[in-house]
Amino acid sequence: MTATTEINNIISEENLVYKKTSVLLDNEMHYCPGCTHGVIHKVIAEVIEEMDIQDKTIGVSPVGCSVLAYNYLDIDWQQAAHGRAPALATATARLMPDKYVFTYQGDGDLASIGCAEIIHACNRGENIVVVFVNNAIYGMTGGQMAPTTLDGQVTATSPYGRDCGSTGAPMKISEMVSLLPGTRFVTRQSAETAGAVRKLKKAIRKGFENTREKKGLSFIEIVGTCSSGWKLSPTQSNEWMKENMFPYYPLGTLKDE
Amino acid sequence: MAKFKGAIVVDTEKCKGCGLCVVSCPTAVIELARGVNGKGYHYAHMANPDACIGCSSCGLVCPDTVITVYRAKAS
Amino acid sequence: MGDVRLMKGNEVIAEAAIRCGCDGYFGYPITPQSEIMETLMIRRPEEETGMVVLQAESEVAAINMVYGGASCGKKVMTSSSSPGISLKAEGITYLAGAELPALIVNIVRGGPGLGTIQPAQSDYFQAVKGGGHGDYKLIVLAPASVQEMNDFVDLGFELSFKYLNPAMILSDGVIGQMMEKVELADYKPRWTDEEIEKISGSWATNGKKAGSERNISTSLDLDSAKQEVFNHKLQAKYRAMEENDVRYEKFECDDAEYLFVAYGSSARICQKSVELAREKGIKVGLLRPITLFPYPTKQIQEMLGQVKGILSVEMSAGQMVEDVRLAVNGKVPVEHFGRYGGIIPTPEEVVEALEEKILGK
Repeated sequence: MTATTEINNIISEENLVYKKTSVLLDNEMHYCPGCTHGVIHKVIAEVIEEMDIQDKTIGVSPVGCSVLAYNYLDIDWQQAAHGRAPALATATARLMPDKYVFTYQGDGDLASIGCAEIIHACNRGENIVVVFVNNAIYGMTGGQMAPTTLDGQVTATSPYGRDCGSTGAPMKISEMVSLLPGTRFVTRQSAETAGAVRKLKKAIRKGFENTREKKGLSFIEIVGTCSSGWKLSPTQSNEWMKENMFPYYPLGTLKDE
Repeated sequence: MAKFKGAIVVDTEKCKGCGLCVVSCPTAVIELARGVNGKGYHYAHMANPDACIGCSSCGLVCPDTVITVYRAKAS
Repeated sequence: MGDVRLMKGNEVIAEAAIRCGCDGYFGYPITPQSEIMETLMIRRPEEETGMVVLQAESEVAAINMVYGGASCGKKVMTSSSSPGISLKAEGITYLAGAELPALIVNIVRGGPGLGTIQPAQSDYFQAVKGGGHGDYKLIVLAPASVQEMNDFVDLGFELSFKYLNPAMILSDGVIGQMMEKVELADYKPRWTDEEIEKISGSWATNGKKAGSERNISTSLDLDSAKQEVFNHKLQAKYRAMEENDVRYEKFECDDAEYLFVAYGSSARICQKSVELAREKGIKVGLLRPITLFPYPTKQIQEMLGQVKGILSVEMSAGQMVEDVRLAVNGKVPVEHFGRYGGIIPTPEEVVEALEEKILGK
């Protein structure tokens, strides 16, 4: 038997172990090669499919690279003004308590301009899932400094490296929101390895299960990469993230009540 | 000898050649092609198919979800 | 007669919201309109009709909660006063851009800046000409009585759902704080899920139905060609409003040789000024725009054969007068009289201004 024949024998429906979920649309993603958003979108879509909640899930997309998230998941979406996704989700979840509502926000959107909305949504314990993608930079506008940019990190608006003396220290949002009684589940995950993606999926599933059980707000931070903003290749970005981001933004669950 | 024999199918036209699958593969099956797809990306492909164990690591980390994974018991 | 009560304008907004089947109110305290949310909190509509009432962390959050709720096909509203409406301007243009129905109540106070807590009409431009960015219009209703505060809540929702466009009740501290007799509307039940599906199923983001397309509530289209087509659609909608939904009232206009144009509390004052002027032998009438957008341009033009001059009376430095002048297009003199900064003009002052600015010519 030749190698090609053997492969052709393996490639058959009964041997299928991993394929694109039907909740993910066929639209080609606009994200740069290697962008973590793609992995996170996929994981959310898989959880929605596995929990069979496609008809009950409403996503709220932010302003930033993931503004067009609604092009990729086959569910109803609301597109929010910059930073305001938690306010939209608040009303949506309160007016339709049997639905699954999640916000999808980057670090500029959530930690900078939307700081008030996220803190108060967390404090009120809105019955929603917040997916917070932290890659320490503004991607869409061209790589400017974010509240989560690391000390000394070079960005378009911190060209000599972030000076925490003048701009403040990188904000640890998960730690901040875990102090609020309204949050029930606060975790920081990543998506750079198969193991990390599996853990992330468990966390997102737990978030949606919390919604089902009306437990309140689940906050899932994902430390991700921005190879265009960081000016590194996708694989180099993962290495840079492990060396620089993980020590400051340690992975793990901060709160699970 | 691995207990499982695997294979992947890459949607080469949608692949952006980021290479994350290449480094995620525990058995060094995947490489980026010398040629390019319609968008000019060096797409991923099975350079060493015999080594594939169908673990799905590549599929899991692929941001563009262009990899389908198959696995059969080794004969 | 139905349920007749003596109530404050602001309290009536709350009562009318509950009775018209409103699904949600999201607000933030600011004088002189805080009684709206306070009344709702006392009434506990959650228990009575299931209406959600929430005090948001800011005006910005409140209008974005309205955006979220409106996206679900629900009848949702907010209220504020001038400085708060400035903060809501972002959300309002997003509502217009996403073609969402919602009701925004503005109990105007004097500005600019923090200004004063006393009544004014200095936010006409903000309500009618924009406020937020982009080519959009609000449906703007200007009540002149507590009864109209009641009536325009239901009407505001009706028009906003008819056109899928946010509507604003542009009132002021006079009518918000004033107590008057009001006949309250009968209770209308909140829409059921089935009714929402029928009314808004083609756009409401309340869960993708099996076998049908998902709905997306957004004001974004990065394709300029599509964005231009969308803007044409908006403009066609605004023209349809001008064609079909202009509301106004005329008072003593049949034999009028002069005309006051005034809305809201200024129109109440002008009604007395008409009486006082007629006692002096000056044949003046009053045209009261009820919708400030769409504006009664044609109705003003129809008066041009009989009137020799027009005085626009507003509690502002002269904002609506620009729309009167556009309607008149130089055919007769148009002047403005206003008090501002929270000062309310007296009927006598208005007559004096008519004599000086119009008759004196």
